[in-house]
Amino acid sequence: MDLLEYQGKQLFARYGMAQSPGRAARDVDSAVAAAEAVGYPCAIKAQVKIGGRGKAGGIKIAGDVSQAREHASAILGMDIRGLVVQELWIERAAEIEDEYYAAVVFDRSAKKPLVMLSTRGGVDIEAVAAETPEAIATLHVDPLVGFKPFHGRRLAFEAGVAPDVVRGVAELVGQLYAAFVGEEAMLAEVNPMVVTPAREVLALDAKVTLDSNALFRHPDNAALTDPSDVDPQESMAKERGLTYVKLDGDIGIFGNGAGLVMSTLDVVAGAGGAPANFLDAGGGAKAESIVAAIEVILSDAKVRAVLFNVFGGITRCDEVARGLIEAVRILSPTVPFVVRLDGTNDVEARELLAAAELPGVVTEATMDGAAARVVAMAAEASA
Amino acid sequence: MSILVGTDTRLCVSGLTGREGSFHTLNNRSYGTNVVAGVTPGKGGQDVEGIPVFNTFREAVAATAANTAMIFVPARFAADSILEAEDAGIATIIAITEGVPAHDELLVYNTLARNPGVRLIGPNCPGVLSPGEANVGIIPAQFFKQGNVGVVSRSGTLTYQIGNELAQRGFGNSTIVGIGGDPVPGSSFIDIIALFEADPQTELIVMSGEIGGTAEEEAAAYIAEHVSKPVVGYIAGLTAPPGKTMGHAGAIVSGSSGGGAAKVQALEAVGVRVGRTPTQVAAIAVEVLGGQRS
Repeated sequence: MDLLEYQGKQLFARYGMAQSPGRAARDVDSAVAAAEAVGYPCAIKAQVKIGGRGKAGGIKIAGDVSQAREHASAILGMDIRGLVVQELWIERAAEIEDEYYAAVVFDRSAKKPLVMLSTRGGVDIEAVAAETPEAIATLHVDPLVGFKPFHGRRLAFEAGVAPDVVRGVAELVGQLYAAFVGEEAMLAEVNPMVVTPAREVLALDAKVTLDSNALFRHPDNAALTDPSDVDPQESMAKERGLTYVKLDGDIGIFGNGAGLVMSTLDVVAGAGGAPANFLDAGGGAKAESIVAAIEVILSDAKVRAVLFNVFGGITRCDEVARGLIEAVRILSPTVPFVVRLDGTNDVEARELLAAAELPGVVTEATMDGAAARVVAMAAEASA
Repeated sequence: MSILVGTDTRLCVSGLTGREGSFHTLNNRSYGTNVVAGVTPGKGGQDVEGIPVFNTFREAVAATAANTAMIFVPARFAADSILEAEDAGIATIIAITEGVPAHDELLVYNTLARNPGVRLIGPNCPGVLSPGEANVGIIPAQFFKQGNVGVVSRSGTLTYQIGNELAQRGFGNSTIVGIGGDPVPGSSFIDIIALFEADPQTELIVMSGEIGGTAEEEAAAYIAEHVSKPVVGYIAGLTAPPGKTMGHAGAIVSGSSGGGAAKVQALEAVGVRVGRTPTQVAAIAVEVLGGQRS
């Protein structure tokens, strides 16, 4: 789960990380009030989870109340690469002498948190890593020991930060690590971390990804939302407890097991089609959850055909067939279905489907055959 | 021969008294797995269809000499249960539980790493099946028979799909190992491939990976150095968009890392043939084994 900048900053504030004072706003009047409260000059920043906000005109500096009103009006509602800005973050503009970079990432390969610090902040860190990897000081932390003050000093000296701010930088990195562990993040990044003329060290941006599996321990974080990025199918699926990811194509996908569904998307793409979604009905799917899932798939108006690809292990194919039959009766879909069922009780399932004589539902024996068929049907429907 | 589970397995199940736990444990027992105990705090002294339940792993191990644990408790309790099994001296721990927090997995991994005598499979995995010997977990055993193909996979249903296609062509399996779809699995492809390399029954290794992380790339480097047996690969999620978690917590392309194409390339560069569909994987496996039935 990715957080918006201001959500990340509010999370950082709980760990004492120094920042410019700021406030969030969802309308122009609150934005102006926020600007008046934090003082001028202030930065008015679009809250969308996408890089290149600044270049797209989503970040502006206001020197007085009329500029604050003007910029807030311009940025709210702005379309930044498909995301409509619904929220602003207004913060006192910091004076900047140096721009650093700090991050804690969940290193899956090393199975340890990786802390990174560089004096080359404010730019794309992947480019720095590719061109001058020696400019980034790195450190793996033993999670059973934790991040100690000496780790912070070591990173600061190795990264070559200005001697008078070693302490401030080390402290902020320590707080960043504490936030990473305390909130169970997969990523906590500050780019840039700035040094002001008064030699204060501030977190000027925040990029945080939280572990969705840990949200049960963090109810405040679980409640965070991004109004600029709400997909109707994804919210509908979430309410129904389904694992669904919206994609760009026109072929609805229903499957069981994440690996098999990913594989199904690949096989459909290989046959020349474009999947509309990823949907994993999970193990032991029962008839009512199948109806709910099909309803989500069909609520996407782009869908022109649906592929049903199930391998029954714990999931019984006859149960899946019953769910499909019920769904077709309740929902009367206008798009064709291609069904491929294999595994536990597959023979009974095929008999049930044959007996039901559902209009627009055809079966195929293999995954590859089913993919080819559904791609052809979707193409026919859009012709 | 087989790896990880077999006729020597003495299984103790954490979460035996739960609905899912009892259902799958009894299935495992019907298959022939030697299920010796269950652990549920506060239910010691009870039994589930004759399987004695203990309050702690230590009691269960002392009374039954259990050597293998299956973890079936809810996600919030899973890390604690794994550590309890290790503390009680269990050598092989198989964690089926889905949705375990990644930071819990990190602490478990780094704790278990201090004990060279213990091996964790999972979490978020379908378990381990050695056809004809023992089944620990939720793999539907009816699709698999004994044979010479070792399978290691990050996905459950995809494993059944590939295994079923192999079976239709007349091949069986030494052991099928689901290592799970989480960011920090207890065992990696490398760990399991090393066991298959040393297992005389295994003549071909099938590894089924997916997007996210770099475990497949690391396996490729290991195979080039240490594996003499043929390996056939598969990678799911080649067309998945970046930044989206595709069902498994670990299946996500983050920025320039975790993409499927790089994994295929790394495997093919060291001579591993990678099927583009599950059907192709089975076809390649048959070709490598010379079409002979096992």
